[in-house]
Amino acid sequence: MSELLRIEGLNITPVQQPTRKLVKEVSFTLEAGKTTCIVGESGSGKSLTALSIMGLLPPALRRQSGRVLFQGNDLANYTQKQLQDVRGKRIGMIFQEPMTSLNPVLNIGYQIGESLNFHLGLSGSALKAKVTALLDQVGIPADRASSYPDELSGGQRQRVMIAMSIACEPAMLIADEPTTALDVTVQAQILNLLDELKQRMNMGMLFITHDFGVVVDIADDVVVMFRGEVVESGPVDRILGHPQHPYTRALLDCVPDAEGLKPLKPIDYAWLNEAAA
Amino acid sequence: MSGVILSASNLVKIYTQRSGRFGFGTTQVRALDGVSIQLRQGATLAIVGESGSGKSTLARCLLQLQPLDSGEVLFEGRDLAALTGAELRAARRHLQMVFQDPFASLNPRMKVAEIVGEGLLIHKLGCAEERREKVLRMLQRVGLSAVDLEKYPHEFSGGQRQRIGIARALVLEPKVVVCDEPVSALDVSIQAQILLLLKELQAEMGLSYLFISHDLRVVRHVADEVAVMHRGRIVEQGEVAQLYAAPQNEYTRNLLNSIPGHRQMAEATI
Repeated sequence: MSELLRIEGLNITPVQQPTRKLVKEVSFTLEAGKTTCIVGESGSGKSLTALSIMGLLPPALRRQSGRVLFQGNDLANYTQKQLQDVRGKRIGMIFQEPMTSLNPVLNIGYQIGESLNFHLGLSGSALKAKVTALLDQVGIPADRASSYPDELSGGQRQRVMIAMSIACEPAMLIADEPTTALDVTVQAQILNLLDELKQRMNMGMLFITHDFGVVVDIADDVVVMFRGEVVESGPVDRILGHPQHPYTRALLDCVPDAEGLKPLKPIDYAWLNEAAA
Repeated sequence: MSGVILSASNLVKIYTQRSGRFGFGTTQVRALDGVSIQLRQGATLAIVGESGSGKSTLARCLLQLQPLDSGEVLFEGRDLAALTGAELRAARRHLQMVFQDPFASLNPRMKVAEIVGEGLLIHKLGCAEERREKVLRMLQRVGLSAVDLEKYPHEFSGGQRQRIGIARALVLEPKVVVCDEPVSALDVSIQAQILLLLKELQAEMGLSYLFISHDLRVVRHVADEVAVMHRGRIVEQGEVAQLYAAPQNEYTRNLLNSIPGHRQMAEATI
């Protein structure tokens, strides 16, 4: 067991309103070769938590306090220049919308090669060979390197994003809802691919999702967030099998199951507020 | 077995696309390739499929929002394509639609009272006072209140907007409601609320739903029957529990196996 990432007491607030905490006292850890899923509804602060790890918060927000320890170093104290060396090299990132995260006027081979050139100084035939190898790893034929993003399907674009994010063999991968925009069969393929790459490269994966089905498929550990706070965290079997917090239970109760055995039960927020008080 | 309220036979819709370098060539896409379905009175028929399977085209063609290339749509035994403009408008009162995107499907410049009341105005149902009363009752039924009448869509959350969209469709007391991915833009907790609301309203008003969705877990909960679409064709259809338990078609099996957490969840609940 080696600890890759430790977040301690993270607080995020708008610059203008330092008392309004969007993310409040968030703490969790991620181990090498494991997947931690952050689950929550929209507005629960899951994406902000992920963005703040690499100092990518929007300018109107700031990390008020808390530590982000990556391989023992506090990223929160890094300068922009130091962070550049972390982003894309030691921590890779994949976003939800594969179309908006790719540049439409550059071919995909160039885009995959960019970080190899920037971080590892590869060029010429060495660069070309590495790009070919990466495309092969994510299951795209090497001759598609000269294709442009609009010539690819949604699933293929997400594969390109994955190739870009693992190009420098990062120790950790942050994936923010990477399969939400994809069809269900394509989603299954992408989840398999991520899981396989994670194992082969012994990466730690921080995976953000709102879908408990996806959590079941890929998570080792789960962090449940609600209104900016972590309400419960732990190994996936315990969180899904024996949820302790009323919110986790309520959230699980409103997920439709594929067997249609369980009645749907919406979350009773009024009751949750009372339980919290 | 209750009667069939809406049936479609051999629907064909072909889109012509520009293709090739600079769009000089054309290719034809068969969005609907001989689709036949039957919706029973008071029941829910779900159309499932991935993007590009033709499920939304089917919804639009059924309501005559898009012309068909061939095929026949019968609503209560009458061919919708054969109706005159005025007759079709009259029939549309009974054929309503709930859309996917609660942000794009409500006019941002209209107040809720106008949005929900517009259909009543178009169909000249009741006097102003009666219409206002009807709109208010419908809004209360979907979980909103009188103070919301004078608000604009941007003042509401996604789930509330979807409630407005439902009120707009149901205030006309339609017979058939086509729901095109009505919950896919919503959080899972809001999704459960809206699905339950749709089910309650169905029972109260005797509605028949055509439910378009890509989410097989949602479909399992709302549908009585399912039709699986793939590349413009229906590859398999049948009663929901039976189809999920014993899918016959290769594509259906693949689709069901791709449901995230499917197998493990099943083991956990047993």
